Amino acid sequence: MTAVQDQPATVDAPASVEVQRAFPPPWLRRVGSWFLSLYAGLGLLYLFVPIAVIVAFSFNAEDSTYNIEWDGFTFDNWADPFAEQGLVDALVLSLKIAAIATAAAVVLGGLVALALTRYRFQGSGFVNLFLVLPLTTPEIVLGASLASLFIARTYPSPVPDSRGFDAVLIAHIMFCVSFVSLTVKARLRGFDWTLEDAAMDLGAGPVRTFLKVTFPLMIPGILAAALLSFALSLDDFIITLFNAGDQTTFPIYIYGAAQRAIPPQIQVLSSMILFASVAILVTGTLIGRRREAAATR
Amino acid sequence: MAGAVESAPKRGRFAPYGLLSPGIIWLTLFFLVPVAILLRAALSDQPERFVPSDLDFTWKWSNFSDGLDRFGPQFLDALRNALIAAAIVAAITVAVFVARRDLWHRIRVRLVGALVAAFFATYIITSTIDGWGDHFQRSFLYAGIATLLCIAIGYPLAYVIAFRGGTYKNLLLGLVVVPFFTTYLIRTIAWQTILFDEGPVVGFLQDVGLFGDSDRLLATPGAVIGGLTYNFLPFMILPIYVSLEKIDRSLVDAARDLYSTPARAFQKVVLPLSLPGVFAGTLLTFIPASGDFINAELLGSPTTSMIGNVVQNQFLVQLDYPTAAALSFVLMAIITIAVLVYAKVLGTEDLTG
Repeated sequence: MTAVQDQPATVDAPASVEVQRAFPPPWLRRVGSWFLSLYAGLGLLYLFVPIAVIVAFSFNAEDSTYNIEWDGFTFDNWADPFAEQGLVDALVLSLKIAAIATAAAVVLGGLVALALTRYRFQGSGFVNLFLVLPLTTPEIVLGASLASLFIARTYPSPVPDSRGFDAVLIAHIMFCVSFVSLTVKARLRGFDWTLEDAAMDLGAGPVRTFLKVTFPLMIPGILAAALLSFALSLDDFIITLFNAGDQTTFPIYIYGAAQRAIPPQIQVLSSMILFASVAILVTGTLIGRRREAAATR
Repeated sequence: MAGAVESAPKRGRFAPYGLLSPGIIWLTLFFLVPVAILLRAALSDQPERFVPSDLDFTWKWSNFSDGLDRFGPQFLDALRNALIAAAIVAAITVAVFVARRDLWHRIRVRLVGALVAAFFATYIITSTIDGWGDHFQRSFLYAGIATLLCIAIGYPLAYVIAFRGGTYKNLLLGLVVVPFFTTYLIRTIAWQTILFDEGPVVGFLQDVGLFGDSDRLLATPGAVIGGLTYNFLPFMILPIYVSLEKIDRSLVDAARDLYSTPARAFQKVVLPLSLPGVFAGTLLTFIPASGDFINAELLGSPTTSMIGNVVQNQFLVQLDYPTAAALSFVLMAIITIAVLVYAKVLGTEDLTG
């Protein structure tokens, strides 16, 4: 049907090609394309403006309490990155919370993702919706609601105030479960479940099948999800502020410092985290590329 | 051997629920239950204000009206704001780009566009009369503008990475993510450094003559919106990139073979297929931005404070839990309505189908 209709069009084609393609002349098209790339490049540059400031101010010979004015170049801050004990403690606490929360969220969220992609069952649509809800709720509402659970003056409860380390951990696991299960689920969508049947046909039991076939194939998705949830937990401020009690995480320390005085060590440690993540990214890309090259060889 | 095959697990009736339950129970206990407790707090009476005292649950609906009286006298305006912020993007994309072949669909789409445009026009007129003076309004206005800016900056960037990145695609994508490995607060403080009164940008603008001595960048709505845009930009770029990346390139080639110009091929093929990404990105930017208080606190002034600042202050400083809870619920309700309207107007499955 369509083929028949197309037939006369192709006969007239050469003329209409000239007419249609003449409109944006090649030079204009090239300029437009160049402009688009330039615009995108500027966008990328914009992302790095504050980063450049952070790295630069880690070398600031600081005279002002806020480390906001440039007072000259020095290596002193880098020579002594752990000078602020409070800052170091806060960073260690944050890393600890992020590690535990990620481990727990990967297990809980990974299982949810497995259930959702591997099985068809009643209520899966509802579960999918439920997983998205914590992400479509503003952080401030999540923080306030969890705090009203832990403060416990808001409802009859024997414990007066249980905000603190455990509360922050529980909160972080909560939002990480959502992120992990959605990320792993997205990665598992094209998964070939007949591989499992093949393993079982070859005599592997369910546990062995999971360990030898399913789990290895889930690893890239789980790694991506773990990285994401680690970063989110490390960086979370709003929910943590509501539930931290007397605990001081890295972002909470910085929040306090922004009101009192900002030691340049904050910029030094942030730059270190930044450089470490760039290093991880670059090695990851290189390993991936080498593996690809090995596979095509 | 046959025994081994028989002992293979059936794709069971209970297995999926078993796998789900730990995660779902966690979410229920620490997401649903707290939200319910927050709702209870929103309807409770706090005998002594400013003192942590036990709340009495009394179905006190007046917390909502009192909270709105104090922090958002024009509730209807706030609601309108939310609808608008979600609808502007949808209206522009739907009315301008997504016209299908059949006439009825085209008319319907244009009609929606016209209605939303009329709505928007009324909104501008009424709001210039009323002024912006209230926290809910500011929240949704700032978040809406920041979301639009994120699309304007993020879409071309995602497009260039997805379609022209070539072998550097992953590296470029990594570069987009890397800045966000530094803490959110540090990035915002860095913007303080850039924008403050004796800083380089203000100095430059004064030298050029665009700025007078008393003009400033910090503590203005522009600084708050700029901060929101910057901090939530990757949440716009990544979903758009994912949806662009999935597009089958042969569809674009086919459009070109059928004599469409590059612009028309983009408008008819690439853009509609990438709208789910724009939709997801809009939600991921608009929702956190409208509840944020850090940008308003560090880059703004008391006259730019948003609803997030009010909730944070009422909850953690004033210890007025019922008011904070009631305002949280109003925020959540407005966002839910905005998301539903946005989903209805943009109707993603209608566009991909």
